[in-house]
Amino acid sequence: MPTEGDLADDGGGHAVKGKLLTGNAAAASAARLARVDYIPAYPITPQTEIIETIADWVREGTMDAKFVQLESEHSMMTAAGTASLAGARVFTATSSQGLLYAMEMLYNVSGWRAPMVLVNVSRALAAPIVLEPDHNDVLAARDSGFIQLHSETCQEVADMVLLAYRVAEDSRVMLPAIVNLDGFYLSFTRERVVLPDQKGVDSFLPPYQPPHPLRASQPVAKGTAVMEGFVYSYFKYNMHAAAVRAKKVFSEAARDYKELFGRDYGPVEGYRLDDAEYVIVMSNSFTTLGRQAVNRMRERGVPAGLLKLRMVRPFPTEEVVALLKGRKAAAVFDQNLSPGSGGILFPEVAASMYHVRDRPQTILPVVGGLGGKQLTSDEMTSIFEEMIAVNSGSKPLAPMFLMRSEEMAKVKRAVALAEGGS
Amino acid sequence: MSTATRFRTLKDMPKEDYLSAGNTMCAGCGGILAVRIFHKVLGPNVAWVNAAGCMTIAMSYPLSPLKSNWIYTAFASAPAGAQGVRDALDVLVAKGKLPVSEDMKVVVVTGDGAAYGIGFQSTAGAIDRHLDFYYLCYDNEAYGNTGFQMSSSTPYGSASKTTPPTAANPIGNTHKKMDLFEVWRAQGAPYVATLSNSHGVDFLKKVEKGGTVKGPKLYIDFAACPTGWGYDPKDSIELEKLAVQTGVWPLKEAVDGVVKHTLVPRSLLPVKEYLKRQERFSHLFEPAEMTDVIRTIQSSVNAYWAEAGAREGFSVKVPDSA
Repeated sequence: MPTEGDLADDGGGHAVKGKLLTGNAAAASAARLARVDYIPAYPITPQTEIIETIADWVREGTMDAKFVQLESEHSMMTAAGTASLAGARVFTATSSQGLLYAMEMLYNVSGWRAPMVLVNVSRALAAPIVLEPDHNDVLAARDSGFIQLHSETCQEVADMVLLAYRVAEDSRVMLPAIVNLDGFYLSFTRERVVLPDQKGVDSFLPPYQPPHPLRASQPVAKGTAVMEGFVYSYFKYNMHAAAVRAKKVFSEAARDYKELFGRDYGPVEGYRLDDAEYVIVMSNSFTTLGRQAVNRMRERGVPAGLLKLRMVRPFPTEEVVALLKGRKAAAVFDQNLSPGSGGILFPEVAASMYHVRDRPQTILPVVGGLGGKQLTSDEMTSIFEEMIAVNSGSKPLAPMFLMRSEEMAKVKRAVALAEGGS
Repeated sequence: MSTATRFRTLKDMPKEDYLSAGNTMCAGCGGILAVRIFHKVLGPNVAWVNAAGCMTIAMSYPLSPLKSNWIYTAFASAPAGAQGVRDALDVLVAKGKLPVSEDMKVVVVTGDGAAYGIGFQSTAGAIDRHLDFYYLCYDNEAYGNTGFQMSSSTPYGSASKTTPPTAANPIGNTHKKMDLFEVWRAQGAPYVATLSNSHGVDFLKKVEKGGTVKGPKLYIDFAACPTGWGYDPKDSIELEKLAVQTGVWPLKEAVDGVVKHTLVPRSLLPVKEYLKRQERFSHLFEPAEMTDVIRTIQSSVNAYWAEAGAREGFSVKVPDSA
């Protein structure tokens, strides 16, 4: 299986650290480095390379874990959760419809306070059925109690998986985590990835020590019914408090990670923000396009910047406020759509800023990239142009839904054909 | 498979109880009784994996009547929950992270709604993967916990909240009870058995026998349900016994696919004796006896025993169904 390639040099004769890995291979590699005990699996495009790679490693004996293929994602998540309750370190992966099929169990696994890492390879949801990504799948799990870390690059995929275990298994958190990567754009795209060394990972991530596992000698009851709303409320508030604590725990873990491996991760990341007046808020792989747009706007003399959401749950409110306050305008780029409302992250960013005195005067909602729709650099810079126009009062604030005229012309031709025209 | 047994009479019923007296189940519940007896044979080291149903309510925070481990999963996936526990224990023991003394028997416990219906897919997967676990289904022939709606296990002629007998549809449920025993057997489960709480020694022996087999083991316990079936809770055991004596509930097992009836009645009591004791069949008798429906039920029981007898070489005297 072609999952990795060595980088001998950078083409100019200089030695380059790292390997060429797809996002999927990076996720699998991190799971192996984390010394996971158990991988319940079920295939779905574009996640399959992750479980195929792990299945290979387990079968050839280069990964000491048990791999089992279940008959559905619902069962896969059930087995993942109960194995965690029994004290195993668990890894699994899915995409899109699979995440939705498992959705009932996401709420159960978080309610059991069963830490584990689930990699979601984003793919837009049916219908119509499509293979390429947007984030309606992973954001459907927004309220499940899973920690959510979203990746821009294949390097981040590997690093987020390892960080996710540290956060999820911390006694102050004890919640499962999702690491998100975009299908195709990351899953099947090879990038240079520097994998941490095993010794370093072992010191960063010691074996999982569950506080109250299922044991013959000390029986426990998990997921028991509660008959009263106030008991239920107590447990849900507890889960919320743990999820909120996860941000601090993430920052602590990220500090250790930086010391060991040199890469520095916060819940959010700023790009050219120092003097920025117009800021685009984004997440996942298209953030790279956002960075390009910032550079183009800067070339035109516009003080543009970018705020990347790496952590989506818990929502990094304080960090968003710190980086957006004082700016003239912000745009929230949502690669997802809640029909009848708009982008899903827009209201979260807007709500974070509401009570801030010097908040941006304009917060522009933008929806784009649905079903993996490609975005030209002109489309990306048009977001900044719109921000500026709205902020200067030359245009009223209205949500943007990105679609190019030539794309619209193609759609119209397809519609005519579908309707029996020629 | 071992044939030696430590259970010859009811006096051999183990004294140890792993289910405390006093729990939230209904008086006369056949299901909780099955859990109690089952546990006695398995001993203390058990992880129960439950799907939504009556038994879920037995473990209400902060109390559990069990002296063993328990996980409530979801309606559709208790067998997958068992997979996770079994695999985790195996891998942790194999890696030396867990002493063998902490190993447990993994037991799925669900009602018929999960076993015959919503949990069918995950059950098929667990059998297919030859998962080493017990599945105890307390079969009260309907969705009891939600108020007695029909399930795939509801027998022909039974009233339920979703198959109420009316003038236009006087029979109640018109489907035949699904044959879960045969489904498991056909899929290659090494041990499949029916149980009745009224036949304790048969029950104990079967749990003991299945325990010598690695792989998926199904036990369908005929679990009398006073609230759903409509009778006095004190009569639960008597009703279960009547179901066996009328041949409605055959006691049998299949070892590696070979079926053997573990109790062959010399002659069957008429099904009417069993039906007329329950509110769920009362429309078959009042205001007027629906003789054709009762006859259909009797002939299906008779046909079952004729076929079983022909296959296994016994003959049972059956009541007239004409």
